Amino acid sequence: MNEREHLIDLVDIEKTFGTSTVLSNINLFIRRNEFLTLLGPSGCGKTTTLRIIGGFERPTRGDVIFDGKSILNLPPYKRQVNTVFQKYALFPNMNVAENIAFGLKIKKADSRYIKRRIEEMLKLVNLSGYDKRQVTSLSGGQQQRVAIARALVNEPSVLLLDEPLGALDLKLRKEMQMELKNMQKKLGITFIYVTHDQEEALTMSDTICVMNAGVIQQMGRPEDIYNEPQNVFVAKFIGENNILDGVMRDDFWVEFAGKNFVCVDKGFARDEAVDIVIRPEDIAIVAPGGDNLAGVVRNVTFKGVHYEMLIESAGFVWKAHSTVMSQSGQEVGMRIAPDLIHVMRKSEYSFIDALPETLVERAGLSNAERGVYTMPVGVAASSATH
Amino acid sequence: MIRLLKKIYLAVMLLFMYAPIAVLIVYSFNASRSRSVWGGFTLDWYAQLLRDKSIQRALSTTLSLAFLSALLATIIGAAAAVGIHSMRGAFKKTVLAVTNIPVIMPDIVMGLSLLVLYTYLFHFFPGIKLGYGTLLVSHTTFNIPYVILSVLPKLKQLDPNLYEAALDLGCTPIKGFFKVVLQEITSAIVTGAMLAFTMSLDDFIVSYFTKGDGDNTLSTIIYSMARRGVNPKINALSAIMFVAVLLLLYVINSFDPSKAQKANGLGLEGES
Ligand SMILES: Nc1ncnc2c1ncn2[C@@H]1O[C@H](COP(=O)(O)OP(=O)(O)O)[C@@H](O)[C@H]1O
Ligand SMILES: [Mg+2]
Repeated sequence: MNEREHLIDLVDIEKTFGTSTVLSNINLFIRRNEFLTLLGPSGCGKTTTLRIIGGFERPTRGDVIFDGKSILNLPPYKRQVNTVFQKYALFPNMNVAENIAFGLKIKKADSRYIKRRIEEMLKLVNLSGYDKRQVTSLSGGQQQRVAIARALVNEPSVLLLDEPLGALDLKLRKEMQMELKNMQKKLGITFIYVTHDQEEALTMSDTICVMNAGVIQQMGRPEDIYNEPQNVFVAKFIGENNILDGVMRDDFWVEFAGKNFVCVDKGFARDEAVDIVIRPEDIAIVAPGGDNLAGVVRNVTFKGVHYEMLIESAGFVWKAHSTVMSQSGQEVGMRIAPDLIHVMRKSEYSFIDALPETLVERAGLSNAERGVYTMPVGVAASSATH
Repeated sequence: MIRLLKKIYLAVMLLFMYAPIAVLIVYSFNASRSRSVWGGFTLDWYAQLLRDKSIQRALSTTLSLAFLSALLATIIGAAAAVGIHSMRGAFKKTVLAVTNIPVIMPDIVMGLSLLVLYTYLFHFFPGIKLGYGTLLVSHTTFNIPYVILSVLPKLKQLDPNLYEAALDLGCTPIKGFFKVVLQEITSAIVTGAMLAFTMSLDDFIVSYFTKGDGDNTLSTIIYSMARRGVNPKINALSAIMFVAVLLLLYVINSFDPSKAQKANGLGLEGES
């Protein structure tokens, strides 16, 4: 039998709890040995999706295909997947070794084999010598590792991880990101990873599935998601971008910010309204004059590698990155290369000025990051002088 | 000043609560039969107590009744708690309220209604009479809510992912329950069982209504002896029961719930 490329297919999944629809129209596939990340703000249905794959929730509609066969009616204990729960869910009455051995003991594995596997797993997660420790006496990061070892010891085809690094501090999180990625490559297991942290998703994933409000917004490689966001939601969620209204005058010709630009997009209707996304690092700051956008620098913040500038131009406040310092109040020109202008069709998200407050907070975006796209000039100018 | 008042208040309160029992215990060592005259110290009443056949019978009935009813109530109550825990919404609320009623209902109503029920049932089963069997059923019945009430909170604070983790690692639902959930709620079940045991020892009214002519528990025998006249043996017996219940409560309370909680809640933050 030749191996299918898709290990898991979610087909047309819908999930409702009572009267609220939590997931709708979820179609996604996971390739063998892939690191797939479900990315989205809190409450968008990531955990529910993971629980459907794990077998802890039954979708209201749709099917879950594993290796070509429906596993909709298969209980969790018969599925070849293991889960690392968000709060680890280690068994508090058992020590580290007993926790790791749990799955093997249930399968009545040979005790010498179990002993060897515990050693291997402890080594894999860098906890050698911790076998007799009570799990309650471990730090968050160590509990995390035990949870991973407890799942991996069963040699699952797929490991489901629900925000596994959420409770760890930044430094530890970065380390664990590397370790998890290496582990996944080394073991050759499919990882389905849930996070609300876009940076984490971009660093670790082979494929990212961006979700909002129970609907998949975009699926693709991290580069694709970052470079070619399909709608304003993805553009806003994935990074700090300048997002403007534009009009597609013709193929390769778009008008925004009161000017005409050459672009690389085609296939839109003549004079179709579109969203324009331009990343701060794609704006070149040049001397004023000529064909470039003219603007006035309102605020400059040093960010380590670059300066972040808020530049007001024709009623819009741009965010631009530059390694060259400019003075507040200075007149500058902005140049944008045709292939760095991202043209997107209008979507339901085009008409929300900003992400809803709660959603933004949970997604970890700061106010400034959110506000800059839509701030009226007066407000922007006054906030810039603070 | 305020502190002194506080202390006096506490002393008066404790005096009111425990003076009768203190007097009772003191008089159980009184050589005189009188309740007002001190005739010197004696252990005679205790000795008589031990020799009294009917009291010995009542003691063994009381203990076996307490043990068996606690055992039955623990099994039924723990299972019920697990069932109630998995219910949702209005139905759960209703079931919870219904199970709590026997706790707040006056004992006399409980005893009387059980008696009415038994007499009604005896119409259909003429061979059966009031006796140890009806006592056992009655005690089990009023004990079940106490077990439920001590197990449910523990289930509530249990991380629901623990059970799911067991399933995830290959347990069938039954195995998952016994290997993980039961382990976690054992302390609460033991507390419930001891509470039920104490409640059974403590009961008078329900036993009085539902016992047969021949059977007696310690409390019903004390009552019938007291009705027949003053007998200092009663003082001795009551003193023993008081001390026994006190010891039991002490043991129950020393099952420190905060300790059980600590074992359950995993510290999630910070790297040491
Ligand atoms: N068992 C449940 N009953 C009712 N609503 C639920 C249940 N589980 C999740 N939800 C709701 O579904 C939505 C998605 O939840 P979840 O999948 O946990 O989101 P995420 O993991 O992305 O934060 C939320 O609005 C949540 O309140
Ligand atoms: Mg979640």
